[in-house]
This record gives sequence, C-alpha cells and structure tokens, in this order.
Amino acid sequence: MSAPIDRRRFLAGGAALAVLGLSRPLAGQSQLPGAGATGSLGDPAAAGRPQTPTSTGDNDLAIQALEKRLRCTCGCTLDVYTCRTTDFSCTYSPQLHREVMQLWNSGMNAQQVIDTFVTRYGEQALMAPKPQGFNLAGYLLPGTLVAGAGAVMLWILTRRRAIAGVPVAVPGVPADATAEELERLRQALAESDQ
Amino acid sequence: MTLLGQFALWAAFLLALWCAVVGFSGRWRGRPDLTTAVTRAVYGICAALLVAAASLWKGLLTHDFNIEYVWAYTSRNLPTYYVVSAFWAGQKGSLLFWAVVLSIFASAAQLLSSRRHAALLPYVAAVTSAVVAFFVSVMLFAANPFARMAVTPLDGRGLNPQLQNVGMTIHPPMLYLGYISITIPFAFAVAALLSRKLDTGWIHAIRKWTLVSWLVLGVGISLGMWWAFVELGWGGYWAWDPVENASLLPWLTMTAFLHSVMIQEKRGMLKRWNLGLIVGTFMLSIFGTFITRSGVIASVHSFTQSNVGYFFLAFLVIAGVFGFTLLYTRWPLLKPEVHLESVASREAAFLFNNLLFVGIAFSVLWGTLFPILSELVRGTKITVGPPFFNRVNVPLGLLLLALTGVGPLIAWRRASPANLRRQFTWPVGGAVLVLAALLGSGMRDFYAILSFTLAAFVAGTIIQEFFRGVRARRRMHGESVPIALGRLIARNRRRYGGYMVHVAILIYAVGFAGMAFKREREATLKPGQSIDIASPFGYTYRFTHVGISQYQVLNRIVSAATVQVARDGRPEGVMTSEKRQHFTVENGEKVPSFEPSTEVAIRSGLREDVYIVFAGPVNGTEEAVYRFTINPLVWWIWFGGFVLVFGGIVTMWPGDGTGAPGRARPAQAGYDVALVNTGAEP
Repeated sequence: MSAPIDRRRFLAGGAALAVLGLSRPLAGQSQLPGAGATGSLGDPAAAGRPQTPTSTGDNDLAIQALEKRLRCTCGCTLDVYTCRTTDFSCTYSPQLHREVMQLWNSGMNAQQVIDTFVTRYGEQALMAPKPQGFNLAGYLLPGTLVAGAGAVMLWILTRRRAIAGVPVAVPGVPADATAEELERLRQALAESDQ
Repeated sequence: MTLLGQFALWAAFLLALWCAVVGFSGRWRGRPDLTTAVTRAVYGICAALLVAAASLWKGLLTHDFNIEYVWAYTSRNLPTYYVVSAFWAGQKGSLLFWAVVLSIFASAAQLLSSRRHAALLPYVAAVTSAVVAFFVSVMLFAANPFARMAVTPLDGRGLNPQLQNVGMTIHPPMLYLGYISITIPFAFAVAALLSRKLDTGWIHAIRKWTLVSWLVLGVGISLGMWWAFVELGWGGYWAWDPVENASLLPWLTMTAFLHSVMIQEKRGMLKRWNLGLIVGTFMLSIFGTFITRSGVIASVHSFTQSNVGYFFLAFLVIAGVFGFTLLYTRWPLLKPEVHLESVASREAAFLFNNLLFVGIAFSVLWGTLFPILSELVRGTKITVGPPFFNRVNVPLGLLLLALTGVGPLIAWRRASPANLRRQFTWPVGGAVLVLAALLGSGMRDFYAILSFTLAAFVAGTIIQEFFRGVRARRRMHGESVPIALGRLIARNRRRYGGYMVHVAILIYAVGFAGMAFKREREATLKPGQSIDIASPFGYTYRFTHVGISQYQVLNRIVSAATVQVARDGRPEGVMTSEKRQHFTVENGEKVPSFEPSTEVAIRSGLREDVYIVFAGPVNGTEEAVYRFTINPLVWWIWFGGFVLVFGGIVTMWPGDGTGAPGRARPAQAGYDVALVNTGAEP
C-alpha cells in the first residue's frame, strides 16, 4: 500500500500540474532555449500585427518630438508617436510615421513637416491648435480670467483694508470651558505658534 | 428574470416620479403624512432597483445570451469575476449601476442624517428621487439593459480585452460612486435653498458626503491612471482625453468647496460661492456622464455613440437652470456675516486657492469644449491635446502647489509680519536648499525644477506643523513623540488629515515632474541580442531578448516575449510582455473575438519603472520588436494615491479623538473665545 500524500506534496503537485497545463506550448512551435537562433512561431497571427524591423529614425528624438505634435488620424485622439508605439496595433500611425520620415529625409525641418501635414490633413492634424486668431482665445482666456479675477480680488481686499483701517473683533462663541482651561489653551496656542 | 427586471425598473420609475412630486409638494404644503411616505418610498425605490440589478446579474452569471447586454459583453469562457464586472462595462448596465447606487445613497442619506436636519430630508428625498427617475427613464426609453434578442446566440461576443484587467473591475465603479455621491450634497444644497434654512446646518449634514465623494472620485481617477499605465501600453497615465478631463472637473470644484466651506464654517463667509460650487459640481458630474455617453467629443474611453446623450443634455440644462435660478432667488439671504480683512490671511489664501481650482477647472472645460466651439465659430475642426492642456494648466497647477504650502501657515483674519516670518523661514529655507541642490546636480528642466522646489516647500510647511504640534503636546503633557503625534492627529483629524492629503498632492507633483525625464527606445532583437539604455538616475540597463513562447490560457492564446534585464551589469531577472489573442469557440473552432491586445511588462521601483512593450514578431519568427521605456518616479504617483486615501480616511473618521465617537463638540469655541478675550493676534 502506498504512503498517503501529505498536504504539502498534494499542493506542490497541483501547482506543477497547473503550470504544465496553463503553459502548454502550441503544436508546431519551435523549442528554442539557445541564444541567437530565431525560430518560427506556431501561431504568428495570435502575436499581433507583423512588425518591420526598427529603423534609426524610429529612435530619433527630434522625430519623436515632431510626431508628438501631430495627431493620428485613426480616431484615437493620440499623437502619431504615442499611437504608433502604444501597442503597435494601429494601421494609420505607421503610415503617418513613414510620411514624416520621408519629409524629414527630404531635408525639411520640423516646422516645414508640420506645415505640410496641415496642408494635407487640415488643422486637426495638430495636437494643439496654432496660437493665432481665434485659437488665441483658447490659450489666453483661462489664464486671463484667473489673473483678472485675482487682480480684482486683490484690489477689493486692499481697498477694504484701507477703508476699514482698524481690524474688527469677531464675536466669539461662548465656550464651555473654565478660565483655567482657557488659559492652558491660550498657552498651548502661543507655544505652537512660536 | 428579464420580466422581473423590467417590472422592477417600471416600479422604481413610477415610485421615483411620485416621490419627486410629493416630496416637493408635501414639504411645501406642510403635510407631515406625505413627507413620511416620501421617506419610506425612497427605500422602496432602492428595493426595486436592487431587484433589477439582481436580475441582470443573474442573466450575466447564467449566460442568458438572449439578453442583448449579456451577449454583447460576456462569453462562456470569460472568467467569472469579469462576468460580474461586465455589469458596468457597457452603457446600459452602467446606467442601471448608477441608478442602483444612487438609490442606496439616497436611502443612506435618509437613514443616517441627524434628526437636526429633518426639515431638509423631504426635499432631499425629492431631489434624489428626481435624479433616479431620470436615470431609470433613460433605461426604459433609450438603453434598456433587459432588451432581448430575436434569436438566442450560443455564445456571447466577450468582454473587450482591455477591460479584462483587475483595475477595470474597480476603477469604473469607483468613478461612478464619486459621480453619483455628488447628488447627495446637491440634494441637501437644494433642500437648504428651498427651505431657506441657509445657516451652516446643511453644510454639517453634507460634510461626510462631500468628503466621501471627493475621496472616492479621487481614488477612481487614480485607479484610472494606474489602469492606463499598466494596461494601455503607452507608458503614460494621463492623456487629457475628454473623458479623463470630465472626471477631473467635479473633483477640482469639490476640492475647492472642501477648502472654501471652512471659511463659511469659521467666518460665515462665501455662502453663495459654496452653494454655487455644489450646484456646479453636480452639473459637472452630469456633464461628465454626457461626454462619456453622447459621443459628442471623440474619446478613447467613450461608450458606443447613442441617443442617450440627448437625455443627458436635456437633464443638464434643466438641472442647471433649476439649481442656479434657485440660488439667484435666495441671493439676498446669503449675505456674508463678515468681510475679508486682509490679503495676508488664511481666508484670502483659501480664496486664491479657490480661484485657482475653479480656474483650472474652467481651463480644462474650455480645452475640452474648444474643438466644438472652434467648429461653430470658424467651421474648422481642431484638436486640443496634451500640448495645449500642459501649456495652460501646468503654470496654474504650480501656483496651486505653492498655495498648498502657504494657506495652512497664515493666520486667520490677519497675519502679522512676525507671524509670516516665523511660519515661512524654515520651509522657504528648505526649498532654497533643494533648488540649489537640483541646479548643482545639473537639472535644467524648468517645470521639473519648480515642481521639486515647491514640493520641498510644501513638505517643509507640513513637517513644521507636525513638529510644532508634537512639541507643544510634549511640553504640555510630557508625552513621548509617537504618542504625542498620535494624539495630535486624533484630536484634530480634520486638520492633520488635511495635511496628509497635502502630502499626497506634493507626492503626486513629484511623480508628475518625473515624466520630464522619461527615456524610451524601440529595438528589434533576435534571441540573444541586447540593447542598452541609460536611465536618468545614471544606471545602464541591458535588455536581452530571450525568446517568444506561445500557449493557451483560459479564453486566450498568449504570445509571451521574455527579456532578461541587467542593471549596471547585475542581473535583475526576466520580464515578460505579452500579446493576447482572445477567442470564442464556435462549432468547436476557436474564433478570434478581438484584435490582439498587449500586456506590458513593468518592474516598479522607487526611482524608476522599467516598462517593456512587445510590439510583435518580425516575419512570424522569434525576432521581436520592443519598446523599452524608463519611467522615473511613477511609483510615487501610486503611493500618493495611498496617502490620499489614508489622509481622507483620517479626515472623515468619526468621533473627536477623545474616545467618545460621535459626541458633539463645540468646535473651535475655546479658540475663538481665547483670541477675542485676550485680544491676542493669532
């Protein structure tokens, strides 16, 4: 008769089975423990969109900064760079990236590339509207309102101070405390204020 | 069950309508029998909606694919916890969720409110019932979660893979809870206006509610940021998307209210402003719902475009006109009891803080709506994205951060130059030291330097407050430091809990500033090939591609790309980023249900997060394209979330810290009397 399985063994066995069961390789997948060899995937379609090898321009900081100012046209509301590299599933942003690279490689600077995009796709190709004309209201109104309201508040406060001159005592709320307690409180407050 | 669900919805709708009408008229005509009936009806509405919710959950859990909602958001192989969370994954279910939770809150408001506020409760019942009636009407007439299909499919479409994340089981309900609970303060504000009981009673009645709403909404927003970071794969957490903005708006105005209400409680000022803030916050919560559900503004987070947007627009207009008209009619009754005396006072600091909160809220709203406005005015579509919001809001945010430090240190009424010197010498000195250290270390990013310096200043002010409080207790009572600290916090939870929240805000600021130093790089690697990336903290990371393995788990095929990570030559372990192809089974065949989704590999640390995205294979081989990102200080944002929650809980904790929970204490009475009696300047 075999020895009974204790709880620790049972759990360890269960965990091992679970790992084996959950991580079962798909049929046809290459087993590649070694470095350097490149095998084929059993189900390439399940691994996302096929990718092309990275080019030098993909990591160019100037290109990245430029693409962060251009909007992707896929409807995601993200910029070209972010959309392209978020999960690499967008089909629009890689094309826009290629357009940017093409314009950049043709000798255009960042502003010229952006202007070309605006000509091709309209002003909504920009991640933020140009600060000109009506758009200036977009940029300036919040700050102007806050500054204006702040200035008015300051003016009122300083004016009121000038008129009031002497500070007015605030009527206190009757305290449910003895004179001794009030004195202790006063001392504590004075101490904490120091 | 769908019949029962439908019946329950109709019962809730009719009861809520009756309650709304009779609640107003009964209180108006002084009929206590009617007002009592209305209070009871609130519980009835809640019961009916709970039955409707149970019906939908039963449909979801039993895979009743004849219900269109169950078919659209679940499948047989979806894990049970996602089946449960599918309740709020779609438009119709989330509307039911909203109505149920609101009815629970409405019942709690009736049950838990002190009898001192009994005169307000019938109006509160009427307002909450009117809002419930609106939500149920949207379900009944435009988005019925119990709608049936002509034919029963064998399996459902399944849940969007990006929603199959633990964050998404918590984040949406938290946001909803935040949005929904705002209705209760709004209802009390309307009740106070209608009954003309405009003393501080209504404020005391809603204090806990506003804190809960604010905290829950804050947690919901933070969880959303976390979900975006770990699930979406773009290496960021906030994109100024319209739906994200919509959740931020009521949080901002509510934060303003939590500050300005202190002025009303202590000085009897800003009554109009506070009521306006509460009405405005409720409007913004409905506006957020409108944005999310109408499709009027493009967003990655929106529900499917539908006609429910019109319902919300109409409700928004009606609620706004009603709320602000009511406020206008009571305007003369809301005169301040005293006026501000000095610019150098805590009241003024809070007032400027309010101005900034509302200013930021306005600029976010303005930026969110500007594309529509531009199209109306110029006929040109434009995009307003992160560059716009950062340019407009970052300066305002930094100003607000500075005020976070200034406000609590200035005395009420009027601060003397000596007081200002005493309070600000150390914090300003500390901030200057930090500034010098940052410049000395070679940091040159203007906004990052300013953020860190101001964070140091705010930290200095808070440390100083705790230090002085503890020192005073030690001198008075001879307590040890831990006991003095514990009792200091326990005896004045609101104040010191508030300071903890300020700590959370400065931690957030530090985390946000870290994004200025983000490093990212794309690479195509064959197994065994590696790439080096330098981190802003001076480390060099080496990422070596190990290989790609494919296997099946639950309802998906996983392609796992594994990378060995070493930092400065020392192995740090392996990280695995995945592509997941979800599928449903039809006639024994696996059919892909969505586009492959990405699971990011993240290694989090105090200094920086290593963030790897597996883009996909090259030519179906193990040669893989990756994006490697080093995200500095991101961990601090999540930690800030925990501090925020802790501070919020301390602030809300019941009782007065003397071991007598719930005992009413004449707050600050001794403080005021001592000041007035001795003539001492604070």
